[in-house]
Amino acid sequence: MAKLTLSFNDQIVAEYELDKEQMTIGRKADNDVQIDNLAVSGHHARILTILNDSFLEDQNSTNGTFVNGSPIKKHALQDGDAIMIGKHLLTYSNEAASRGGDNDFERTMVIRPDTKGMPENSGSESVDRSVEALGQQIAAESDRSVEQAAGRARVRVVSGANAGKELELKKALTTLGKPGVQVAAITRRAQGYFLIEIEAKDGGHPSVNGQQVGSEAIRLDNESVIEVAGVKMEFLLS
Amino acid sequence: MLAFAERSDTGRKRPHNEDRVAADPPHGIAVLADGMGGHKGGEIASALAVETVTRELATRLPGIATESPDDEAYAPESLLTRDVVHEANTIVYETARTQPQYEGMGTTLVVALFYDDRLTLAHVGDSRAYRLRGGQLEQLTRDHTLMQELIDRGFYTPEEARASLNRNIVTRALGIEESVNADLQEEIALPGDLYLLCSDGLNDMVDDEAIRLTLDKFGDNLEEAADQLIEEANGNGGQDNVSVVLARVIKPFPCRRSWFRRFVDWFQ
Repeated sequence: MAKLTLSFNDQIVAEYELDKEQMTIGRKADNDVQIDNLAVSGHHARILTILNDSFLEDQNSTNGTFVNGSPIKKHALQDGDAIMIGKHLLTYSNEAASRGGDNDFERTMVIRPDTKGMPENSGSESVDRSVEALGQQIAAESDRSVEQAAGRARVRVVSGANAGKELELKKALTTLGKPGVQVAAITRRAQGYFLIEIEAKDGGHPSVNGQQVGSEAIRLDNESVIEVAGVKMEFLLS
Repeated sequence: MLAFAERSDTGRKRPHNEDRVAADPPHGIAVLADGMGGHKGGEIASALAVETVTRELATRLPGIATESPDDEAYAPESLLTRDVVHEANTIVYETARTQPQYEGMGTTLVVALFYDDRLTLAHVGDSRAYRLRGGQLEQLTRDHTLMQELIDRGFYTPEEARASLNRNIVTRALGIEESVNADLQEEIALPGDLYLLCSDGLNDMVDDEAIRLTLDKFGDNLEEAADQLIEEANGNGGQDNVSVVLARVIKPFPCRRSWFRRFVDWFQ
């Protein structure tokens, strides 16, 4: 079981076991780790624990959260990490992580939103269950279809005779352009939409935000400007 | 026109090979699965999944519709692929449910189906598809793992993720539940493209840059490229079973209808 040791001026003040999926750190009394000091924001940071790993997240604090001297917004905690919040030090220790060895190549396990009795942890059963909940929540979010993960998108023509015309990208693969001149395709993947060049004549290539598209797919962001066969289009995610 | 090569190796540390691969060049099918679950469960799960997908695709492709309904996002080949993946899920799930020695078994699965200058990719779990095009390597699939979700949420860089203890936790697998949600995507296949399907025994042991260099160097000889990838994974420790399927596009392979005809020429 991972734990946090709180110290101030080299004196240990308290110890906390990371036995919940979320531990909050801050000045106010409703935090799991309360640090009553003005340098600490009301809700300063939190630690998410999933199975054997813990993750520190700054909650937009005024004075910031530092790990081993560097400011962080999100950080995967490692055994021995020194977390500075104001003038207080939180030391993270995780014996499981320092066991090392063949742990790295444990067999693959499945985590599902409704799985019971997930991978064996070292702690008690009730603790395991609370720590699993977050993993299961993430598993549920991970189980979205490609369409849901990528979101809905459309392209709007911004130049030429058809300016203003829109096409919703309903298909997994949509081709754009003029055969024999220049052709590109937009493919939908779980990470989003990507533009790929299919055909280019006389050295002219499709472009995204002015950047020429080559053999590698370019990821499209909201409001990316695409140019294919001389027609400018705007890519819109909704 | 396509060329294929496939390899599956136990690696240096595991007692059994729970991976399974298959390629059916005449039908343009490449399949790879990485099974899990003790008492031979992993081997059974991956074998059932690969055999089912390969057989059902080959059987049903000749009778496939030429067009999907207008409101359908996917090509008929993608819909068929999704169907056979669901069928494979049912077979693995039912086997696990009815035979106590296989309880809890499951498998990852990645399928590439080539047709009409295109390909459909379907995957579940952390087996991957990559493409080498113009010397650039691109990972086409997104892993269904806890780690990938944490990377997407900004907690890890991909480099840091390699050191985590939660690395081997998948969020989706075939045969674990009554139904499965496979990711489906369609890509354009161009002459010269080299596609790689692999189990995590490859990408855990060999980083993307080393994979790229090997494919780039040996890509003209698929058999040699496949041997080389297995050798590198084993040379780096061979901690897991390692499997690859390679497919190279040698010439365009338009069929039934030209993709130009399906062109969305809507802005002309």
